[in-house]
Amino acid sequence: MESSRATRGGVRPYHERTQLLDWLGIRNMDGWIAFSALGLMACSLFTLHQASRGAIPGAPDYYLQRQALYGLVGIVAMFAISRVDYSRFRELRVGIYTFLCASIFAVFTFGVAARGSTNSLELPFFTFQPAELGKVLLVLSLAGFVIDGVRRGSEGQRTIRILALGFAPTGLVLLQDLGTSLVFGAITIAIMVAAGVRWTHLAAIGAALVVFITTVLVLMPMAGTPVLKEYQQERLTSFLAPSSNIGDAGYQQNQAKVAAGSGGTTGRGDQATQSRLGFVPERHTDFIFAVVAERYGFVGAALVLSLFALLFWRALRLMTLSKNFYGTLVAAGIAAAIMFQVFVNVGMNLGIMPITGIPLPLMSYGGSAVIATFLMIGVLQSIHIESRAGQKGPWIR
Amino acid sequence: MKFQPVIPRTKRRSGTALRVAVIGGAGLVLFGILFFRLWSLQVVTGDRYLAEANDNRTREVRVRAPRGRILDREGDVLVDNRTSMALQLDPIEIPTDVQARRRIFKSIAGVMDKDLGWVRKKYRDEIADNPPGSPVTLASDVDDDLVYYIQEHQAEYPEIQVNRVFVRKYPQGLEAAHLLGSVGEVTAEDLEESDLPDLAAGDTLGKTGIEQTYDSLLRGAAGTTKIQVDSTGKVKGQLAQDMPKPGRSLRLTLDPKVQTAGEASLASFGLPGAFVAMDVNTGEILGMGSTPTFDPAEFTRPLTQKRVDELYDEDGGAPLFDRAIGGQYPVGSIYKPITALAALDAGIITPSTVVNDTGKIEIADQPFQNAGAQPHGPVDLRRSLEVSSDIYYYLLGAKMNGSDQLQDWSAQFGIGEPTGIDVPGESAGFLPTKASVNERQRQAPDLLDPWYIGQNIQLAIGQGYLQASPLQMAVAYSALGNGGKVLKPRMLLQTEDAAGRVLDQGDPEVVREIPIDPADRQVIMEGLHDAAQEPEGTSYPVFGGFPVPVAGKTGTAERQDKADQAWYAVLAPYPDPEIAVVTTVEEGGFGADTAAPVALQMLSAYFGKQAKAVSGGTGNVE
Repeated sequence: MESSRATRGGVRPYHERTQLLDWLGIRNMDGWIAFSALGLMACSLFTLHQASRGAIPGAPDYYLQRQALYGLVGIVAMFAISRVDYSRFRELRVGIYTFLCASIFAVFTFGVAARGSTNSLELPFFTFQPAELGKVLLVLSLAGFVIDGVRRGSEGQRTIRILALGFAPTGLVLLQDLGTSLVFGAITIAIMVAAGVRWTHLAAIGAALVVFITTVLVLMPMAGTPVLKEYQQERLTSFLAPSSNIGDAGYQQNQAKVAAGSGGTTGRGDQATQSRLGFVPERHTDFIFAVVAERYGFVGAALVLSLFALLFWRALRLMTLSKNFYGTLVAAGIAAAIMFQVFVNVGMNLGIMPITGIPLPLMSYGGSAVIATFLMIGVLQSIHIESRAGQKGPWIR
Repeated sequence: MKFQPVIPRTKRRSGTALRVAVIGGAGLVLFGILFFRLWSLQVVTGDRYLAEANDNRTREVRVRAPRGRILDREGDVLVDNRTSMALQLDPIEIPTDVQARRRIFKSIAGVMDKDLGWVRKKYRDEIADNPPGSPVTLASDVDDDLVYYIQEHQAEYPEIQVNRVFVRKYPQGLEAAHLLGSVGEVTAEDLEESDLPDLAAGDTLGKTGIEQTYDSLLRGAAGTTKIQVDSTGKVKGQLAQDMPKPGRSLRLTLDPKVQTAGEASLASFGLPGAFVAMDVNTGEILGMGSTPTFDPAEFTRPLTQKRVDELYDEDGGAPLFDRAIGGQYPVGSIYKPITALAALDAGIITPSTVVNDTGKIEIADQPFQNAGAQPHGPVDLRRSLEVSSDIYYYLLGAKMNGSDQLQDWSAQFGIGEPTGIDVPGESAGFLPTKASVNERQRQAPDLLDPWYIGQNIQLAIGQGYLQASPLQMAVAYSALGNGGKVLKPRMLLQTEDAAGRVLDQGDPEVVREIPIDPADRQVIMEGLHDAAQEPEGTSYPVFGGFPVPVAGKTGTAERQDKADQAWYAVLAPYPDPEIAVVTTVEEGGFGADTAAPVALQMLSAYFGKQAKAVSGGTGNVE
């Protein structure tokens, strides 16, 4: 269309210069979402560069280099997925859901253990955690199933169907990794809320969850049949009573809290002894926020939180902009997934949430999580692009 | 102008706005909580946490790795570790102030039931011996009662540390004591000289023997434990641990049957001596020992000066001295095969050259005679070995004087140079040549005579100024046995990790090949076989009834101011030998009396076959 016009003189006309942007779909993307995602990635690399230097002897920038590579792969994946009309995923919902459950099952059979829980698959060059990718897959498939059910059955049946479809993989993951299963649960609840499930039903589910958690955490262990593994139980409850016993979860969490607190308003920079001397556990993954808080203080930590808030707000906005209801549900699921992970992880770093092993999206070191989060961002961009396409005519596909 | 398409939208369900608001509201609340918490933690109470963080310090403690074990070739453990509790002081914790130091020493003396002077002296000695920063060991192998007492009253004795240390133990007792060697604490000199980057004060180092040669393999790598301390240095707990890597285990080439047979048999004579058993094709040492011996476990405990003197005392046989590799002796008639090969190579004799042995001979106006001046009649080469005719070899020595033919062949067999065995303490010996003797004579005119023909004649029968170790003779006989390959003898069969997996295997190393004419070798082997197992052979009374055919030569070396030294060198099985055994007994008289029986016991153990008693034979002596 536009590109059929001839070139005049030596200066490339505006429309040709913008072709690449068009082709990538950048002009129709949500700039704020891209800005916050790339900004968080940059914060992650900067922190890893400064805080984990020399963590592995002989490879000073081991974590930095790998995280940069994961980020690059993630960004490419984001562009690729944003070029696909997300509505196609609705058609593929059964396949996606099957793959989701199968990949989680595969961990039971072929899984390798990392950090106390078996939740990953050993692939060449890469240890893949299916549950991380599973977060996107669950959003895409569950939202699809919800639309199917709109005209079928009673409201109660519908609620139960969504609940069953969402909680099946949640339960499977629970056996491997408590933190990820909580994210699955949050996604399910958020999609139900967005889907218009009756408030009374939601209240009933909430009540059931309270009963369930009390049973698992308090009643079952009292009856002598603990459901959770001992370390899971300890992590979940230790934040209530920080312990001075070095090596246990409460102690580690307390040290992370001390690290964050000691950062003060502007941070300790290279004087950050808590993270440098190894008092902060897992300082490149789960507790990277404590490292940011110690090194860069309230200023740095608030910046990171603000980027997440920006991302969350733009995702919420897509719920209303979306060209169809499927997009609304997907945006809700993704917004909830990101919000929930941020809250639980940062809360854990600041000593107000239990240790659950949930990574901070885009900040924590880890290939599966980084790439999966960029896939979520890509889906959000697709929703945005599709909504713009509806208003401004077709873009090059 | 703009084209505005009308796109039908999916009908949104009523209440979506409300639902978005609910999710957004939840997000707002959660972000609010996080921001508030962050603000209160960092901005409001930040100072408190900063103080707490500043009180958190770490210290790294070195965790020593257990040394690798040493096994014989069957896997029996020769050297193992045991743990022992040691009372140690960290010198940094000991004040320099005289009064304060006195008070601490006094309390230490009290708990250890020693007097103040003892503690002082012990501390001073240890500080002087050890590199700076290493712990001062007051007592090792402390009994449990004291350990518990100190641990319970640690607050009263903050300076004393009860540490678990690794100590060597020797499950097989005295077996192979000279080879294994000992370990000791690293000294300041070791630290300076060593190019080992990971060596630190307080570490244990192999000081002698195999422990020294393969120290880098045995030692492993120390780990570190990171402990948390407060700003005053008080330990609050353990943060992280970098596990030490245990050293590799060494499997030696020693055959326990051969080794124990040699040791027991040699000890039965109660005389200083040595034995070496070597695989003629690979250079593997199957057995090697020296008497008198010592208990290697002695070196794991503090030794008194008196005991150290005893161990080095020459009158007491210097038990620490390894005669197998460090002994330098004239070797007597076991040298004759080398002389014979040199003469054959020079064309001075052929195997059928016959000499009429009348028991006495005069060369260059000097009288020479057989042992006891016994005449052997006409002897050819083969018979000269069987009956050990000295006259035959005197003539060869005389004829080869003037050229270095005998010396060249001796040097080819490795006489006068270290064999390169992987046990420290080897001597090179001395090969008398005209040049080397005259050189030494200039340096020590009282000890040696200048070169003259008689010295070549003496060398021809392994006498005179010749000095060789049992190991050198074993290497030479192995070369004869395998057709000319001079092998580097070795003790290390393979290295293994802690789980017993093989990591590295030693390979045979050929130092040089001697061009031995197979026909010449054949005649010599026949002569040696006759000497051992034909009725007129010199060691027939010992080996005549041994069911495995062997080729062996007795030796009786005359030594100044001492009784004759017995030697025996044997290759078995004849004619294609696998094993060479060389034994010697100082002041042991005729070779067949003491040295040959030791060799017989070792070969019996190796082949698992006993010798039958034989009667008869002429019992020829040399």
